[in-house]
Amino acid sequence: MATYQLISSVTVGSGGAATIVFSSIPSTYTDLVLKTSLRTDRALEIDAILFTLNSSTSNFTFRRLFGDGSSATSDTGTRTVLLADAATSTSSTFSNNEIYIPNYAGSNYKSYSVDSVTENNGTYGRADLIAGLWSDTSAITSITLTPNIGPNFVQYSTAYLYGISNA
Amino acid sequence: MPTKLIVDCSTGVTTEVELSQDEIAEREAMAAEYAAQKAQEEADKAAKAEAKAELLDRLGITEEEAQLLLG
Repeated sequence: MATYQLISSVTVGSGGAATIVFSSIPSTYTDLVLKTSLRTDRALEIDAILFTLNSSTSNFTFRRLFGDGSSATSDTGTRTVLLADAATSTSSTFSNNEIYIPNYAGSNYKSYSVDSVTENNGTYGRADLIAGLWSDTSAITSITLTPNIGPNFVQYSTAYLYGISNA
Repeated sequence: MPTKLIVDCSTGVTTEVELSQDEIAEREAMAAEYAAQKAQEEADKAAKAEAKAELLDRLGITEEEAQLLLG
């Protein structure tokens, strides 16, 4: 039976944080799941969060389906981004993101999926679904989250990293 | 000074450290690149909408009528 175990978590403190890093990720699980609840201090309703593996910013590709208050569409890109609520979203609201990375410790390229949504009591909201690939054979040992504009994650933003074992 | 939170998954310990000047410069470059990319996307979108409006105008039909023709 599969098990789902918390590896580590972090909550941003009162001073904010420009980057969140999960380092020294053990290779003992089958898959990884990262669940985040994020808000940045960017002066808009929404911010994008860059997702970096092993400090690498290259060899990423993705296909994304997304919708907002007015339209739905798809695109492709090279750097996968998550969603974050930002400074003009309803106060005390946070986005939700889940990243699933199967076989993260293997020697094949790493696929991943992302499910993101913002929260806002207004006309603008956004939801993304992403299928991504990191064309790198290294085992994943660190994950870094950085606001694309921000510049900071605000207090009470959280990130929880779980390990999935298949036996 | 901006900081980063590093969660060491082998120990469970979280440390907060200041970003280096290189990391700050990298972040600023990333933000500039993203802003430029977004500006280009908006410009492309606006140009496409303008071209579409011009074509409809030349044809003398509305967008709904064009949809009917294509349907």
